[in-house]
Amino acid sequence: MKKHVLPGFGLTLGFSLVYLSLIVLIPFAALFLKTASGGWQHFWETVTSPRVVASYQVSFGISLLAALVNGVFGVIAAWVLVRYRFPGRRILDAIVDLPFALPTAVAGIALTALYAPNEWIGQYLKPMGIQIAYTRLGIFVALTFIGLPFVVRTVQPVIQDLVAEVEEAAACLGANRWHTFRRVIFPALLPSILTGVTLAYGRAVGEYGSVVFISGNLPFKTEITPLMIITKLEQYDYSGAAAIGFVMLAASFLILIVSNSLQSWNNKRHGIS
Amino acid sequence: MAGASTLYLRSSTPPRRATAESPVARAVLIGIALVFLGLFLFLPLVVVFQEAFSKGAAAFFQAFQDPFTRSAIWLTLLVAVIVVPLNTLFGLAAAWSLTRFRFRGRSFLVTLIDLPLWVSPVIGGLIYMLVFGARGWFGPWLRENDIRIIFAVPGIVLATVFVTFPFVARGLIPLMEAQGLKEEEAALTLGANGWQIFRRVTLPKIKWGLLYGVILCNARAMGEFGAVSVVSGHIRGKTTTMPLQIEILYNEYQFAAAFAVASLLALLAIVTLFLKTYAEWRADRQLREASL
Repeated sequence: MKKHVLPGFGLTLGFSLVYLSLIVLIPFAALFLKTASGGWQHFWETVTSPRVVASYQVSFGISLLAALVNGVFGVIAAWVLVRYRFPGRRILDAIVDLPFALPTAVAGIALTALYAPNEWIGQYLKPMGIQIAYTRLGIFVALTFIGLPFVVRTVQPVIQDLVAEVEEAAACLGANRWHTFRRVIFPALLPSILTGVTLAYGRAVGEYGSVVFISGNLPFKTEITPLMIITKLEQYDYSGAAAIGFVMLAASFLILIVSNSLQSWNNKRHGIS
Repeated sequence: MAGASTLYLRSSTPPRRATAESPVARAVLIGIALVFLGLFLFLPLVVVFQEAFSKGAAAFFQAFQDPFTRSAIWLTLLVAVIVVPLNTLFGLAAAWSLTRFRFRGRSFLVTLIDLPLWVSPVIGGLIYMLVFGARGWFGPWLRENDIRIIFAVPGIVLATVFVTFPFVARGLIPLMEAQGLKEEEAALTLGANGWQIFRRVTLPKIKWGLLYGVILCNARAMGEFGAVSVVSGHIRGKTTTMPLQIEILYNEYQFAAAFAVASLLALLAIVTLFLKTYAEWRADRQLREASL
């Protein structure tokens, strides 16, 4: 391919670069410099203070749990949506993307209304001694909601592209359906499942809007890390907020690297270059 | 097993016993999927509308008489009207430069465009606080010159631009990459200038992919909560968008009013899903036509 045949290279690239510099690069430079401006000691004290560490446990721990649950049920949902025909399937398929489209604040108050004691589902769980809203269980529910589309949407196309002959061969060789799934289908799906789980995890770690309503925000118990950033900003501790932001950014970057390498494994496995 | 096989023989679908689950397993799997998706997706949606009308239709409409709620709706529309065209322009420019030309640093730019999708929206607000906030880089200078960015509309616009700029570009880049540039080159040899090529050749090819990106960008711009919440300052009637107004109403125990505003955004989400599915389907068709 020749390099510059079509016109508009300078204009479009120039505009994109200016735009990205103003919106992304300069503000992120501020994040790094503010983090540094507080000094090493302030940085370390902020990011290892007990309340912030407790928030890591909530954000990173519960996100993992939610992503894993999505890993199980998301695969079942993807399988059902691809392989079976039943009334309402198309609507179900379209609604999987709801967590992308529904504003997080709306999801937050809706889930809280569902699971608060004396409300929709909460009233049936109360006699059993289970409370979901305003506990870590509530955060888990919100993060499962927010991560749901990722697993379904990464696994779905892979199930669609599974070669039928492989399953037929397995059946011919005497494998029952469970064996075929465990030995043939599951290994083929595994890279996409892991990719989906990682994407759901990455999204859940940074999630704010849908969580803050249902979590109750009790210090040391149900505070998430993004909330700690906002708390620091409200105290005018900008370098502290930047420090926690920096930690979150580093964590998200790690998750991104993992998901990218999983994705290329997935693509290699399925012959997409 | 015998029961299962007769069931299959009777059904109208061709028998594929060996590579299909037993009817029981099938029913169980469909049941699990229905319960899971119903519990996490359908029910929250139903709750929004049910709660919005919990005090009757009159109370529902009364909620929109509140001047603060009205101004929140106007602000949300204003932000979307500014942000969506800006990000559409960026998406088109970025997709043109990244798919029509090869240059050093190209893959870095593609990754950079994805950035807002993997960082917390709260960080999207934080970075602008650090630049323009009272104790940020330009804070003192802005105060001296009496320019308000944080806790004002420009800050809300900036945070929203950050959170939503990937959508149009991401909708276009894979599509334009797959379509290639033969037709554009043909137009060029026939003497068309850049603008003519874009308008007459490229735009018709990418319109559904473009629409797909614009729809998603708009939905997120109107619904963004985390990033906007950081920079807004929650000044009622001035810097509260619809999601922030929902938060305020909810925290004041005005549940029916909060859900009334929420139901508008939920409606937007449903329309978005519908349009998105349609645009996706049309864009897929355009992509298939291109690969023929």
